[in-house]
Amino acid sequence: MSTSAEPAEAIGISESPHRDLATQRVIPLRHPGRWIATAVVVVLAAQFVHGLATNPFYQWGRFGYWFARPVILRGLWVTLEVTALSAVLGLVGGVVLALARLSHNPVLRTVSWVYIWLFRSVPLIVVLLILFNFSALYRTLSLGVPFGPSFFRFDENKLATELVVATIGLSLNEAAYAAEVVRGGILSVGRGQREASAALGLPRWYQFRRIVLPQALRAIVPAYVNQLIGLIKGTSLVFYVSLLDLFGQVQTMSSTYPGDVVPLLLVATAWYVILTSLVSLAQYWIERRLRAGERR
Amino acid sequence: MTGGTPQAGDAGAVRPLVRVRGLKKSFGSHRVLDGVDLDVAEGSVTVLLGPSGSGKSTLLRCVNHLERPDAGFVEVAGEIVGYRYRDGRLHELPGREITRQRTQVGMVFQQFNLFPHLTVLENLVEAPVAVRGVPKPDAVAKAGELLARVGLDGRQSAYPRELSGGQQQRVAIARALAMEPRLLLFDEPTSALDPELVGEVLGVIRDLAVGGMSMIIVTHEIGFAREVADQAVFLDGGRIVESGAPADVLDRPGNERARAFLSAVL
Repeated sequence: MSTSAEPAEAIGISESPHRDLATQRVIPLRHPGRWIATAVVVVLAAQFVHGLATNPFYQWGRFGYWFARPVILRGLWVTLEVTALSAVLGLVGGVVLALARLSHNPVLRTVSWVYIWLFRSVPLIVVLLILFNFSALYRTLSLGVPFGPSFFRFDENKLATELVVATIGLSLNEAAYAAEVVRGGILSVGRGQREASAALGLPRWYQFRRIVLPQALRAIVPAYVNQLIGLIKGTSLVFYVSLLDLFGQVQTMSSTYPGDVVPLLLVATAWYVILTSLVSLAQYWIERRLRAGERR
Repeated sequence: MTGGTPQAGDAGAVRPLVRVRGLKKSFGSHRVLDGVDLDVAEGSVTVLLGPSGSGKSTLLRCVNHLERPDAGFVEVAGEIVGYRYRDGRLHELPGREITRQRTQVGMVFQQFNLFPHLTVLENLVEAPVAVRGVPKPDAVAKAGELLARVGLDGRQSAYPRELSGGQQQRVAIARALAMEPRLLLFDEPTSALDPELVGEVLGVIRDLAVGGMSMIIVTHEIGFAREVADQAVFLDGGRIVESGAPADVLDRPGNERARAFLSAVL
C-alpha cells in the first residue's frame, strides 16, 4: 500500500510532541458486549440456584434421607460391579478385535468387521433382552469338542444370573466400540515408528508392545474414557433385565414412595455425576503420566 | 553355506558385502525398480543419486527387506535377504529369520523416526538389550560412547522432542550403530534438516566413512558425495544409468539424464 509509506506528518502525527510514542503502552480495546452477556448469565444462574434451593418441589430433606440409604448403596455397588467387569472384558475384547481387524489374515479381518458392524447396529437394550431370553433359545451350554463329546455342561437357567447376563451383554456391546477406539489409536502411530523398530530387528510383538502401544495409548485413553462414561450410564438399562442397579433401586423405591420421585431421581443424578467425575479425574492423572516426551 | 546364492561365478575374488541382482519392484502398475544390479564392497561408501521417483529409496529399503522385491534378490554378507535359496527356488523366510538378518543392517531415515516416548538413552539401549541380549549396564556404557562419538554425550535423559533436527538425526545414527551393524543405510539423512544443521550430520557420516564403515547413502548433497563416496550410482526410471568413481559419474556423466540432473542440482 502506498499510503503506509507516507511520512508521519501526512497522517496527523507530527514528530516532535510524539517523540516518546515508541515507549507508550497500548490501551486495550473495551468490550462492553462481554460485560452485558456476563451480567445476564450471572443473573440467570443465580435465579436457577435460588430456585433449586427454595422450590419445595425438590424436597432436599428427602434427598438427604435417600442419598446414602443402604438400598441405594446396594444399587450403587451393582452399578460399579457391572461397569468394572464390562469395562475390563470390553477392553480386552476390543484389543483382540482391533488386532484381528488390522491383521493380514482376511478371515480374522472379516469376522472382526462383521462383529463390530453387528454390535454397533443393534441397540444395547435389544442385546440385553435377547440374552435374558437366551435360556429359551439354548437349553444347555457345554464345553468340549465341537460336534463331539462335551466335558462340561451348564444348565443355562442356573448359569445365567441377572448379573452375568447384564455383564455379558454390556461387554459384547462395549467390545465393538472399544475395538474401533483401539484401532484408531494404533493407526495414529506413524508408519515410520514401525519401520524404525523393524530396521533395528525388533520382533513384531515386541514392536507392538514397546513402541506402538505406548504411543497409541495417548490417543486411546481420552476416547476410551468417553466410552467408559457412556458405559456407566448405559448400565441403567440393566434394570430391564431385572438387575437392581442404582437406577433400578431408584425406580423400585419411586413406585413404593411415589411422593419421593423427584428427590430419588436427584439422588441417582448426584451419584452418576460423582462416578463420572472420578473417572474424569483418573483420566487426567493417566494422561499426565503418558505425556512423557511431550514436555518442552 | 546354506543361504548361498545361485551364481557362484566370482569364486576366488573377494565377495562383495552387498550384491544386488536383477532387482525389480512395482507399486501397482508403476515399475519403481526395473532390473538393478549393484555390488558394494566391504568398508566402502556408495552414494545413490537421481531424481525423485527414480527408485533410490526403494532400492535402499529392499536391502533390509522393508520392501519385498517382486523379482531378483539382494544378498548381504553372503545371505539372501528375506528368502532362502533351496532346490533352485527362493522360499520366503519366517519373520524371526528376517528379524535376525536386519540386525546386521542399520538404517537412518529422512524423518529420524526416533521413539518419541523414550529418552535418548532408552532409544539407544532398547534394541541391543531386547534383540542381542546385551546386559543393560553394558548397553548403557556403549550408548554413552556412541553419544560421545556423535557429539551428544550428556543428553542421555533428553526426549527426542527436546533436541534440534540435527541432534535427533545424530541420535538416530548412534541408535543404528548400537546394534553394531556390518552395513549402514542412509535414506536422505539431511533432507529434513534446516540448512545450518546439515553440516553436523554430514560430519558424523564422514567420520564413519573414515573409520571404514560400509555404507549406502541416498543423498542430494553432491559435494558431500564427491568427498566421501568410493562409488557413485545414478538411477533414473528404476535403472542404474551411470555408475563408477564419483569423479567420473559426477563430473563427466555420459548419460544425458544424469548430466541434466547434475547441472540442475550443482
